[in-house]
Amino acid sequence: MPERTARELFLGEGPGTGGGSQNLYVNLGPAHPAMHGIIRIFAELDGEVVVKGDVEIGYLHRAFEKECEIGPYNNAIPYTDRLNYVSPLINNFAYASAVEKLLGIEITERCKYIRVVMSEISRVCDHLTCVGATAMELGAFTVFLYMIKAREFLWELVEDVTGARLTISYGRVGGVKADLPEGFGIKVRKAFAEVRQVLTEVHTLITGNRIFMDRMVGVGALSAEESIAWGITGPMIRAAGVPFDLRRVQPYWAYDRVEFEVPLGKNGDNFDRYLVRMAEMEQAMRMVEQALERMPEGAINVDFEGREIPVDAYVDRGKQGKTEGLLLLPITLSPNLEGQGREAQRRVNVADKTIVMPPKETTYGSIEGLMNHFMLVMDGYGIRPPAGEAYFAAEGANGELGFYVVSDGGDRPYRVRCRPPCLPPVAALPRMIEGQMVADIIPTFGSVNMIGGELDR
Amino acid sequence: MDGSAILARLRGRLGARVLETHDHLGDHTAVVASEGIVDALTFCRDDALLRFDMLMDLTAVDYLKFPGREDGPRFDVVYHLYSVAHNHRVRLKVRVEQDAPLVPTATGLWPIANWLEREVWDMFGIRFEGHPDLRRLLMYEEFVGHPLRKDYPIERRQPLIGPNV
Repeated sequence: MPERTARELFLGEGPGTGGGSQNLYVNLGPAHPAMHGIIRIFAELDGEVVVKGDVEIGYLHRAFEKECEIGPYNNAIPYTDRLNYVSPLINNFAYASAVEKLLGIEITERCKYIRVVMSEISRVCDHLTCVGATAMELGAFTVFLYMIKAREFLWELVEDVTGARLTISYGRVGGVKADLPEGFGIKVRKAFAEVRQVLTEVHTLITGNRIFMDRMVGVGALSAEESIAWGITGPMIRAAGVPFDLRRVQPYWAYDRVEFEVPLGKNGDNFDRYLVRMAEMEQAMRMVEQALERMPEGAINVDFEGREIPVDAYVDRGKQGKTEGLLLLPITLSPNLEGQGREAQRRVNVADKTIVMPPKETTYGSIEGLMNHFMLVMDGYGIRPPAGEAYFAAEGANGELGFYVVSDGGDRPYRVRCRPPCLPPVAALPRMIEGQMVADIIPTFGSVNMIGGELDR
Repeated sequence: MDGSAILARLRGRLGARVLETHDHLGDHTAVVASEGIVDALTFCRDDALLRFDMLMDLTAVDYLKFPGREDGPRFDVVYHLYSVAHNHRVRLKVRVEQDAPLVPTATGLWPIANWLEREVWDMFGIRFEGHPDLRRLLMYEEFVGHPLRKDYPIERRQPLIGPNV
């Protein structure tokens, strides 16, 4: 090969190159400050215009679906935390609901409301993160700080209920780990007041702001038809004006018993996505408030005939050898197990010993309870749905979060498939950025709200 | 449209190419012969009463160790369709033999099928005939084997790749 001059090498001049200017190939990522996870966007640029884009994913692949196959059904719950790690509660519940569908069981009324409450709190967290991060990438760092502050208030609520902030593992097949703590409603009201104030502040700061609008309006648009063809769901398809919201069109849990509106956009561009997410946060908070109000209370601390009973009387009866019916009576648990007592478990979990772990006082207090506990955790036993398959879809923060579970009748799932809601928009990303300026990749990618854990599984 | 009516309409159109239909836990499923799957998907998408305009999910299941399926066709490719227009769902399945894991592509019908089929190829080694760009999606190119196959052991480690390894 003849030696080439520096001009030929760097400017692409010379014979055989077509002469003059040439397209430039640019890698964004895998590790770029404005990539919300590890992902590589390979863009072909003509000047500042993106001619062609290619997206490479899989950097965060942790074999979620394979790992699910090797343990009992409830062992997959911690893995689902790590799918969409900004709103892990929704993943927990959606997976549990898919297995419940396979088992053909109906969860308790209170549990349905708890799932709605916790899912909607997670949805607000997710939208706050998405909008905040997008705004930060466009230079509005204040917005990011405010929104993360608001998210902190909500995470404190999550911590109150689940004991953890991020990897919460709160859902269980057949119910949830523990009941809501005392005074949760009051804490929610306080936190929501803060969140609402932040939303007003953010709205005043950036909606209509010249810099923000210039980079959001008309950028990265997808029409309604295209969004459907690309399988896009969630806030992105609603921004294109399609009223597709699973909570409304195929209601599950207690969504048919709370009132809410489905905010819709018109143009399907980044700005409409921002508006839809902002409006959805308010709707989600509305749903939480209604659900907390309407949540049915189960009996707390009553004996098997429905009478209240104090702890000292319980102990006295045990000392006198009057143990008949004693197992059914509640005792005071260590504060670590708050919400996991027998009565709380009865409110939030299905009454099926082959699915749900016995409450701790039964496990520690009686041989039957201990045996029941072992029968659920021993290898080869545990939850065994009949052979078959089920697909359950929940409205995740990014769109339809589906779990397709196949059972062969054993105690481990034969196959678990997660339909990740943010894969279709990432697949459609080249379509959204082609023909736009290179700087537009950043707000468009921000509005996709790509979550690595969920995308790569 | 009611699930059983959807299946009846599919059977009316495709005849013997619909091998089997069932309704399990409220999910309606039709098993379609491999040569009829593109026709079935096209009909589902374009028929005015069905209008399954969204390919919600496309995945596969390896039935190698499934009780009763050890000898049968090894894989099922599973299509979950949803209609935004009519708000109903259906599941289509194609049985695939181990020796020639080949299914006609759906990329001509929905652009999202491109990535979903790449993932199925990556994880199960099922090829899609006519796919424009059948590369691995989640694993790297040098990866050997298809990890979600039941005969791929979960403990297997593959060498790290890179210029200095």
